Amino acid sequence: MPMPAMTRRRLVALVGATALTAVTTGCNAEGSGPAAEYPTGTIQIMAPAAAGGGWDLTARSIQQGLTEGGLVEETVEVYNVEGAAGTLGLSQLVTKNSGDAHQLMVTGLVMIGGVVTNASDVTLEMVTPIATLTAEQEVVVVPADSEYETLEDLMAAAVSDPESVTWGGGSAGGTDQILVGMLAQAAGADPQAMKYIPYSGGGESKAALLSGDLTAAVSGVSEYKDLVAAGDVRVLATSGAEGVDAGEGKPSPTIMEAGFDVELMNWRGIVAPPGLSDADRDAVIALIDELHASDEWQRILEQQGWDDFYKSGDDAAAYFASENERITEVLREIGLAA
Amino acid sequence: MSILDGLLDGFATVLSPENLLFAAIGVTVGTFVGVLPGIGPALTIALLLPVTFSMDSPTGAFIMFAGIYYGAMYGGSTTSILLNTPGESASVATAIEGHQMALRGRAKTALATSAIGSFVAGTLSTLALTLFAVPLASLAVNFQASDYFALAVLAMLSVTALVGRSLLRGLLSLAVGLFIGLVGLDELTGQARFTFGTLELFEGIGVTLVIVGLFAVGETLHVAGRLRHLPDHIAPLDPGGRRVGWMSRADLSRSWRPWLRGTAVGFPFGALPAGGADIPTFLSYMWEKRLSKHRKEFGKGAVEGVAGPEAANNAAFSGVLIPLLTLGIPTSATAAVMLASFQVFNVQPGPQLFEKSSALVWALIASLYVGNVMLLLLNLPLIRLWVQVLKIPRPPLYAGILVFATIGVYAVSGSVFQVLLAYGVGVLGLFMRMYRFPIAPVILGAILGPMMEIQFRRALLISNNDLSVFVTRPLTVTLLALAVVAVVLPFLPKWIARLRGRSRDRLAFGEDD
Repeated sequence: MPMPAMTRRRLVALVGATALTAVTTGCNAEGSGPAAEYPTGTIQIMAPAAAGGGWDLTARSIQQGLTEGGLVEETVEVYNVEGAAGTLGLSQLVTKNSGDAHQLMVTGLVMIGGVVTNASDVTLEMVTPIATLTAEQEVVVVPADSEYETLEDLMAAAVSDPESVTWGGGSAGGTDQILVGMLAQAAGADPQAMKYIPYSGGGESKAALLSGDLTAAVSGVSEYKDLVAAGDVRVLATSGAEGVDAGEGKPSPTIMEAGFDVELMNWRGIVAPPGLSDADRDAVIALIDELHASDEWQRILEQQGWDDFYKSGDDAAAYFASENERITEVLREIGLAA
Repeated sequence: MSILDGLLDGFATVLSPENLLFAAIGVTVGTFVGVLPGIGPALTIALLLPVTFSMDSPTGAFIMFAGIYYGAMYGGSTTSILLNTPGESASVATAIEGHQMALRGRAKTALATSAIGSFVAGTLSTLALTLFAVPLASLAVNFQASDYFALAVLAMLSVTALVGRSLLRGLLSLAVGLFIGLVGLDELTGQARFTFGTLELFEGIGVTLVIVGLFAVGETLHVAGRLRHLPDHIAPLDPGGRRVGWMSRADLSRSWRPWLRGTAVGFPFGALPAGGADIPTFLSYMWEKRLSKHRKEFGKGAVEGVAGPEAANNAAFSGVLIPLLTLGIPTSATAAVMLASFQVFNVQPGPQLFEKSSALVWALIASLYVGNVMLLLLNLPLIRLWVQVLKIPRPPLYAGILVFATIGVYAVSGSVFQVLLAYGVGVLGLFMRMYRFPIAPVILGAILGPMMEIQFRRALLISNNDLSVFVTRPLTVTLLALAVVAVVLPFLPKWIARLRGRSRDRLAFGEDD
């Protein structure tokens, strides 16, 4: 039955407020179904990258978690807006979908780099942060026959003769190059002197490492797991707070443990357009809280091999802001940002 | 487990009714997707991916995906030949001779040589994949940046076969393609080039968009402009007669060598970690044109020019599977989506795949043999149906092409800007047709230009700006030497004749020069 628009909005606001209380008082949304009036229509989730990539998979997993997990009865759609490290999608969300709580977008660390390197007018600070969902550690690898046994060896060479070490990884200004820049900083080298070669797509840098073009490659942990397990490449370090199994069958040393003060997680999250009312914002957060608590989501995390990295609401907003500041600073040091 | 055991197990899996059904769905969907301009296998697989989330076993999904990929390669030739509107880069070379054949009433022959050639190449290359996947993979990863640069130089030479009647016009077309390839963010520095501040152009102009624009849109505009002066239908259908299938004995004897040569070019190219299916089709076209005893027919519908490239693009697909399965390296958009789908099912392609998931891999490989047979059985009878397209009067036919082209571009990008861009490229295509500029060199330039530039700069970065990197690596030198030979060899007899003063023939690539 159609309801006058005002009434419906007020209802959403009311439910949203209830949800907020539920979240802030710590009694989680489980079972109580606070999002009864959100969504009121089709939820559209934008993956600001090509189909098949990490953001796309995240968006489709959220879709799966919401519908298969029975959290919403309305349709959830995923669509792709490809281009410019996600900034194209970001500007579309900001300019076209302002105020619409049914328009969500997947985002992540890479987008911060994209905004900075593309000198985009639209930034991630403009959107409404909802939550961070997953994170993956980065890994530094060398070919199995490399002379470098530890990260210290490699960094010593990179400091004394930057030209002798050819780094490779993902696109310019992306997570991988950011990590190389941070490593150089921590080791006391000039980040701009690092010889970093960007490759498009995960596979290309892998091929370049195996062919001998690269001295060391940087990528997400999952990318090299199989080559590590097969003994074709060697792990030097991973970038998280705690070591993870990067294919060796045991936790690999972290960059911190190797003596460099660097920690970097390639996180992914979800945001809403700017201009949401507080009630709408809280309703979306409540729904994603519910998603995170669901068995279906935990099952998806396990199936995809993603680390749970959940911060929502104000925590997420604070995290987005601090990452924004930190990453912009690193990119400036590398020379990729003005 | 030996190769034979694995393969037999694989066949046992595939020949179950359920998996046969998946294979049949895959090849059928793939064929139709290949026929539609712009909508490629990558998008189709990505769209079907969520459907497979709920499947218990990934085997069926992968059998279906492989079928889609293969099917699209078969189907891609259909519109190229009949309507001169290839849907993706791997069928551009086919369109050159294929459409000329159709215009001369030999559409059925062209479709038949392409279907049978695809079958021959698909089966032989699958056999090569079965036997040599692992050793080939370790060979292929030895290619470094300088080698890829040399390879791009070699491939760039195939422009000499594509220029058509005039070398100057051909090179101008190539320059347009090279320029299109420049647009977008520079991969190495992240600098924007020729984007005019438009975020939409940051990713560059996609080759598929250029193809759809130049061919589908351009052809439509061109036809619309001359509608009164053209016959009602595109081409007559060929007369009957005694034929093997749809091919005469003469066609068959002219086709089988190009099929084998196309396979020989396509398979190793596909296996390279930065390969793909388009480059070998151009190389194959060049090769066939150089070797053919019917050189005069090239540009007017030479059957070799269809047989070779079509074999090459199907063989390349089996090649693409090698780095994908053995190293987890995707070398095409479709392979990248397939890699993602492997990961959805928690299967990590890579050196351990054959040990960890051998049943799955062998089922996938066995499904390729089965899929090829299915595609041949599907496509030969379909020829009779497809050629009916030529009976549709031009106005509704080209209106339909324009609609499908628009939907195709929009489906891939979800952006009206990209659709308008394709129309803009289409207008360029119209003028190129009006002033008789060849279209294929544009595509070649747009594909090879970026590859050549990036690999050249990467090689220099790695060698700390030492140019000698291009002459010190044996593989690079060999490839560059091959390129020199490919340019010089065809003209050597003429040069010698001229030097001895016996011939007054001018040296020319294009027929009008």
